[in-house]
Amino acid sequence: MSSLWIHPAAILLFGAALLPLIPEKIRKGWLLLIPALVFGRVFTLDHGVFGQVQFAQWTLTFGRVDKLSQVFGYIMSLMAIIGTLYGLHVRRAAEHVAAWTYVAGSIGAIYAGDLITLFLFWELMAFSSVFLIWFRGRRESLAAGYRYLLVHTAGGLSLLAGILLHYGATKSFEFVAFDVNHPTAAVWFITIGFILNAAVPPLHAWLPDAYGEGTFNGSVFLCAFTTKTAVYALCRGVPGLDILVPLGVIMALYGVVYAVLENDSRRLLAYHIISQVGYMVAGVGLGDAGTPVGELAINGACAHAFAHILYKGLLFMGCGTVLHQTGESKFTNLGGLYQKMPWTFLFTLIGGLSISAFPLFSGFVSKSMIVAAGFESHKLWVGFLLMLASAGTFLHTGLKVPYFIWFGKNNCSKETWERAKDPVWNMNAAMAITSFLCIFIGCYTPYLYQMLPFAVDYHPYSAYHVSETMQVLCFTALGFFIFLKKLTPEAKISLDFDLLYRKGGQGVLWLARYPIQWVDTAVGEIYRAGGLIPLMLTSKVVGIFDNKVIDGIVDGVATTVGSIGGKFRALQRGSVQENLTVAFAVAAVAVVALLLIVS
Amino acid sequence: MKLLALIEFLRARLKAVIWCCYGLLGLLVVIDVFVDKHHAHTGPEHIPGFWSVFGFIACMLIIFLSKWYGKAGIMTREDYYDE
Repeated sequence: MSSLWIHPAAILLFGAALLPLIPEKIRKGWLLLIPALVFGRVFTLDHGVFGQVQFAQWTLTFGRVDKLSQVFGYIMSLMAIIGTLYGLHVRRAAEHVAAWTYVAGSIGAIYAGDLITLFLFWELMAFSSVFLIWFRGRRESLAAGYRYLLVHTAGGLSLLAGILLHYGATKSFEFVAFDVNHPTAAVWFITIGFILNAAVPPLHAWLPDAYGEGTFNGSVFLCAFTTKTAVYALCRGVPGLDILVPLGVIMALYGVVYAVLENDSRRLLAYHIISQVGYMVAGVGLGDAGTPVGELAINGACAHAFAHILYKGLLFMGCGTVLHQTGESKFTNLGGLYQKMPWTFLFTLIGGLSISAFPLFSGFVSKSMIVAAGFESHKLWVGFLLMLASAGTFLHTGLKVPYFIWFGKNNCSKETWERAKDPVWNMNAAMAITSFLCIFIGCYTPYLYQMLPFAVDYHPYSAYHVSETMQVLCFTALGFFIFLKKLTPEAKISLDFDLLYRKGGQGVLWLARYPIQWVDTAVGEIYRAGGLIPLMLTSKVVGIFDNKVIDGIVDGVATTVGSIGGKFRALQRGSVQENLTVAFAVAAVAVVALLLIVS
Repeated sequence: MKLLALIEFLRARLKAVIWCCYGLLGLLVVIDVFVDKHHAHTGPEHIPGFWSVFGFIACMLIIFLSKWYGKAGIMTREDYYDE
């Protein structure tokens, strides 16, 4: 333990706290400096365990640095630089503060060595990122933000329940790989918390809902951090959990199907996040510890997360630029823009080719590791279905997005057409840098492979693999142009699982009222009828925990949210604080109830 | 604006570009005959052009199944959630 150890997230939080006080003249300098410092700090971290703090009878570990956390820390802090550069001209300081706090949450979760610290930063992510949606200022974004918060509160709750159960069983908060061969209820609860953030169906509908509604640069941050932090947590906590393989394959295909139907470019990209994270989730599922195939799969999941953050960021920057410049993101209101925004087209195309895993682009060297792990573990269906999803990825992100925005039928209104032009220098620069990185990773494999947690003995550029990929992709393109008419976007939306909590306020009210009322009554009954000693003992432990830990966390988060929330009162229909307080109260009650029932 | 000029150049010769693409597709299948296939995992992969057929069928499957799914009631009017 070292008292001088500086946490990268602390630099970012410090920078965020001071940002509103920095005079506007030098604010751009500050915006460039702080993420660069964070990246530099991550770069210079030594492996080991640092930043341990004694808290009641537990030791919190803020800095567990090893190869797995480093590869994620590296890419997250790199993305913080790119994302901030992209939105450099945004004048409202609070937007940057929210984005940086969100990134700090992600970096904090990645370096967390224990489950309490993990949970703390996990929630920080949810409660800061929601502002990136609210800042869009539309009526829809406000509602989408609330739904986002609602879903993530539920996910956080499951995670917390799992952590508490795990502590009850093992008396340890250490965050290491759980026993995936005999998963306990605690492990399932924690996994549900993780896969909700990874957007595994049916717990995924929050993602397109929220990311399609974010601000033009907010969604660039959103698309990078939440799901990939969850992938990290899965790699760390449950590598080799079998159920993740079919879930990952379902995700990969699910995103593709909805992308066919989608009319909003950013929602299409959001569905493709689900598809791409599906590869990573499947990779984690194949990642049995100690086997060469398992190591290949975990390497693949990490490499693909790394590459994905860059090319998906690039794609969201491209479509975000179109939104920023024209005010439109729907294909049915765009088209033919190559004359006005050729550079944005080129950058988006590079993102599209990278996500589609064209040779010489980043996706090629990362995605194929997971597919290879699928084939090599003799799960042929995994390999073939992931190849099928690859075709779908190119079909939409590589072809549909560029074609229907920059070519195709010109559906632009006069106003849209006149507003359209390539963006300010900083947005161009951010896209150019990311494009370069996507190609660099694809061409020079040691850069990425040397960062991966296990030694890499994998060569993507074999004649067979290049031939296989080129055939699948080019013949997909042939199909695209033959069936172009079929793919013409329609001005419609597609129903998804969010229907369950969106349709009618009554439904939500019913959910909130009756099941929780029922749990409450049930607990009351158990107490009255049983009065059992173990029950009382457990409740006592939980009580102590509730007082010392949960209250601390809740108070901390509530104060932060409260202070930020005050500024947004004008934006809100109700008041954030009240809603959050109620949400937290309900959460606390439900955790205790759950614990009593399970134990 | 050289990039725009390049795009315009290619668009003005769309026919030629399309023929080049067909040529590329043919070439890919021809090359596949000579590619070393000891990395292949299953028997069918040894057939030249297997992945070409796979890619094309995959593309069709995705388009038609998704459209069918969308038309089965999943796609709806944009103001569905507005009331």
